[in-house]
Amino acid sequence: MSIKKLEPAALNRWVDGILQKQKVYGIQARGDKFVFDQLDRADQLRLDYDVSVTAPKAFLQPPCETLLRFGEKGFESVVESEPFVLFGVHPYDMAAILQMDVVFAEGNPDIHYLERRKNATIVVCDVQNASENVFAGCMGTAVLESGGDVLVTRVGSAYVVESRSARGEALMETIATAPVAGARDLGERKAVWEKNRKLLRRHELKVKPEQLPALLEKSYDHPVWEEKAKRCFSCGSCNLVCPTCYCFNVRDTVSYNLKDGERERVWDGCMLAEFALVAGGHNFRKKKAERYRHRYYRKGKYLHDMHKQIACVGCGRCITACVTKIANPVEIYNRLAEGQK
Amino acid sequence: MISSNTAQPMKDIYLPEPADVLKASPMTALEMFFEFRLASGRELGHMPGQFVEVSIPGIGEAPISISSSPTQKGSFQMVVRKVGNVSGAMHALSAGRQVGIRGPFGTHFPVDGEMKGKDILFICGGIGLVPVRSAINYVLDHRDDYGHVTILFGTKTPADRLFTDEMQRWASAKDVTFMETVDRGDDAWKGNVGVITTLIPKVRLDPARTVAVVCGPPIMYKFVILELDKVGLKADRMYVSLERHMKCGVGKCGHCQVNGLYACQDGAVFKYSDIASVREAI
Repeated sequence: MSIKKLEPAALNRWVDGILQKQKVYGIQARGDKFVFDQLDRADQLRLDYDVSVTAPKAFLQPPCETLLRFGEKGFESVVESEPFVLFGVHPYDMAAILQMDVVFAEGNPDIHYLERRKNATIVVCDVQNASENVFAGCMGTAVLESGGDVLVTRVGSAYVVESRSARGEALMETIATAPVAGARDLGERKAVWEKNRKLLRRHELKVKPEQLPALLEKSYDHPVWEEKAKRCFSCGSCNLVCPTCYCFNVRDTVSYNLKDGERERVWDGCMLAEFALVAGGHNFRKKKAERYRHRYYRKGKYLHDMHKQIACVGCGRCITACVTKIANPVEIYNRLAEGQK
Repeated sequence: MISSNTAQPMKDIYLPEPADVLKASPMTALEMFFEFRLASGRELGHMPGQFVEVSIPGIGEAPISISSSPTQKGSFQMVVRKVGNVSGAMHALSAGRQVGIRGPFGTHFPVDGEMKGKDILFICGGIGLVPVRSAINYVLDHRDDYGHVTILFGTKTPADRLFTDEMQRWASAKDVTFMETVDRGDDAWKGNVGVITTLIPKVRLDPARTVAVVCGPPIMYKFVILELDKVGLKADRMYVSLERHMKCGVGKCGHCQVNGLYACQDGAVFKYSDIASVREAI
């Protein structure tokens, strides 16, 4: 696998070359925030970003996507996806994508997600600036040893660019003649990783992530759920920005002829009041505290029971997004751990 | 360019297959009876207690239990209460129309496993009878495989009773005990009055050789299980079918979670001992 060293100008030339051939969704500035959006020029890229407002999952599981089309001939599958590059994904977000890969591939494989995933080339980018609430360092996702197709790391004034898959290798074809990163560059990259493991800890989790399932197992009736949920608006912002939230709703839309239409999948969230509502009016998670607790159990226990991974990657977006400041997972887990002492 | 990839294209788990409405007739003020056949002619291949997702294009999809026994070939039946968008649209269906079907999904009553050789106690509240009817008829169609059969059925009022003709058949079948109750009787009602739990003490059962199948509204389970416990039935001999918002049916969408379980995959039929400590279950 190639491992190159690129000066900023060379990196931009490489990206501009990619843009000639493929659609690229890259990290860009919008005001003082950052978002993933279609890239027109390499110099729009902001690999020094701290965190994107929403997670790049949107390019694999869009907020709204057509699953089926229906009309007089009945239903037909819609699998629309073209090759694209997702450029500048932070390691914690890549960790979340790897979890989504498991969810959509296991059991009954979901072709809508898997096709889009198959078409994606993901360029992971090591963090240069820690966001205000990131705690990926506590979750083991500040640095990713594997995953994604290319890893870009800023070392000094240049970048180390490493391919991590055949697809990544193909993306790096145009920089085949670029200088190979030397031992010193790799040493510096290692130093970046060490630094990031320590730096991406704006909140300090006092327990090891692998202890969370057992901690939650004992905390079902803890007063914290009720206390925090009292201030919850059930707005679902924490679900919306979460890179590991993938729950969805499905709805039909009909065209004006009242015959043709589409069945769409849209993002949903377990914090929304109607999430567990059934026809007839019974709501199986009617109370805010039940929904609030469910979200933490889902992230820290239920999904772990299934996949042996904590479904929180420490991006800290929920902490930032929550209007009433009740969504800090570190605060919750530390509080639960306190009671255990 | 012809792709060199000869692998079979993956199946779309969200794509319904067409089914013809063979029959659609009202049963009560709220419930309608349906009989369907898959347009392909394929048997649905369900087991008692399983459900399908029924699609009405432009309205949506809803999880509906199969009410007929798999021993009945060539078609399958449902009873649908008009409570939501899809069920509402289904009530406007008539024979000759088409719907979309996905499934069958979920676990089933263990008619082919733990229930074999045992006395069976069916306890159904209201439209809880609908999925259980599949198991009752399966058991009666394989009569020699099971011991004594007891069917308890409760509804709010006599007007809510379902499958009244079939009930008469069950009641008169050999080696079947059938008991009914209503929460509120009317002038014509001569039978039991009271909630369904009042029937349980009237049943003579041997807990050592009985399996109970329970299905009804969410509120019913707690009380029925308490009564069954009183007569000595163990939790691993009780099977319950739980209702949840099973939006996708394939373990993806997250709506039907019962704590860490998916009602659509791990259920809807659960052995009670498996969920007794699952706090959101009952």
